[in-house]
Amino acid sequence: MTASTVRQSPAAPAVALEVSRLAKRYGELRALDGVSFSVRAGEIVGLLGPNGAGKTTTINMVLGLLAPSEGEIRIAGIDVARRRARALARTNFAAVYAALPGNLTVRENLRYFGLLYAVPELGRRIEELLAEYELAHLADTKCGVLSSGEQTRAALAKATLNRPELLLLDEPTASLDPSAAQIVRERIRALAKRDGCGILWTSHNMAEVESVCDRVLLLSRGRLLLEGDPRTLPQEYGAESLEALFIRVAREPLAALMEAGR
Amino acid sequence: MNWRPIAAVVLRQFYLLRGSPVRLVPMVTWVAIDVVLWGFITRYLNAVSGGRVDFVPTLLGAVLLWDFCVRIMQGVTTAFLEDVWSRNFLNLFASPLSIGEYIAGLVLSSIMTSVLGIAVMVALATTVFHLQLFTVGLPLAGFFAVLFLFGIGLGVLGTGVVLRFGPASEWLLWPLPALLSPFAAVFYPLSTLPGWMQAIARLLPPSYVFEGMRALLLDGRAPVRGLALGAAIAVVQLLAASLIYARVYRHVVQSGLLARYAAENAA
Repeated sequence: MTASTVRQSPAAPAVALEVSRLAKRYGELRALDGVSFSVRAGEIVGLLGPNGAGKTTTINMVLGLLAPSEGEIRIAGIDVARRRARALARTNFAAVYAALPGNLTVRENLRYFGLLYAVPELGRRIEELLAEYELAHLADTKCGVLSSGEQTRAALAKATLNRPELLLLDEPTASLDPSAAQIVRERIRALAKRDGCGILWTSHNMAEVESVCDRVLLLSRGRLLLEGDPRTLPQEYGAESLEALFIRVAREPLAALMEAGR
Repeated sequence: MNWRPIAAVVLRQFYLLRGSPVRLVPMVTWVAIDVVLWGFITRYLNAVSGGRVDFVPTLLGAVLLWDFCVRIMQGVTTAFLEDVWSRNFLNLFASPLSIGEYIAGLVLSSIMTSVLGIAVMVALATTVFHLQLFTVGLPLAGFFAVLFLFGIGLGVLGTGVVLRFGPASEWLLWPLPALLSPFAAVFYPLSTLPGWMQAIARLLPPSYVFEGMRALLLDGRAPVRGLALGAAIAVVQLLAASLIYARVYRHVVQSGLLARYAAENAA
């Protein structure tokens, strides 16, 4: 059965990402310790946690930039460790710290990354994305001179070039003003709902996470501590808001928090 | 191997050159300076030797061939460093591009940029200093092939060093050709060197090329055996460099250096 046929089945939505018992050790240090979760097609999942919780380690492993010490990662059912290129062809990412090369124009960048991802009918796809992300008038402008909002739109255009089944977004609205951030959020929601793309989103903006994500995963000290609906999870753990819950996770020992949730 | 990711790596270099023609200046300028400088030195040597030896092919030809080798190496390393300088590592290594495709793209990029420099050198050396490079005949193809393989191997090894030790280690790459040139016997016979230097020189394929070229020009002997040996060493070194690169890549992915490297670049 192909991923696309699975996706069309209303009974069993396709799994865009499946992470099983993922661990990363550096000597005695456990950066990630047996984390398991999944992202379904069309679902936006927030990956949250304080600095050093293991978010970036998780993302780096999903992107094949870091080898796990243990565990398995499957993108659209394909094992990243065994069939890296095939798995990565079905994913893409945008991060505030991974800007597109500033010395290429928007169109050149899209052509370059389109070839890297072996996108079929690339010329047509580029024109579609330039129109969709309102970049047509900037197509021949070098990315290095674009504003933050324009750079984010260009990065999202790159991230959706290959119609990914899994999209990783690491703080995509971090450098945007509230208006630009809202537009980006709407586009990302549309990607999930319209195209059925599974999205793993990291952010430190809890209000944004509540408004965008269908589900959140809270990591702390390399372990997956909490998982649930961002709108109901705080109440389940006796917190006023997602932000209050986040602060508790960041400051309290794991055992105490888990005890409070029982 | 998929041709499209390879084409992407080459296309990026083409876009860089097209978008900033000033990048062409060093590719052409340094080789032109080398030809002019060595062209006049050979003229002077021809004058003082009373025409007994024609230094134009032996010295100017050697300079041209050595520059070709250096340009090929630097073409590979510069194409790689463009990704370092523009903080493109995360985007690149998180894509489906395989290491083999990346290296193939770097090699093709190097050919694209090196051909330009060599064309300028040959044109200048031929028109101004009357170097008849192509009269050497078929062995010339062998000389270029051996130097090409060695330059690619050196470039792949150099990119592996930067990948392993981080962006600051790029400064180890630039003096590498100058460090090797005394052993490569570019301007003098191998017998001129002391024993220990000769031992090192015999491990370097360029020494076979330049020894062969002198033998061909001065004695008319085709350097078949030497060239074959030089080519064999160059192939082994290229394979070793590729294996080292693949091993370094596995290490940086395993240890987290690749992700950290990208983050350091972005900082």
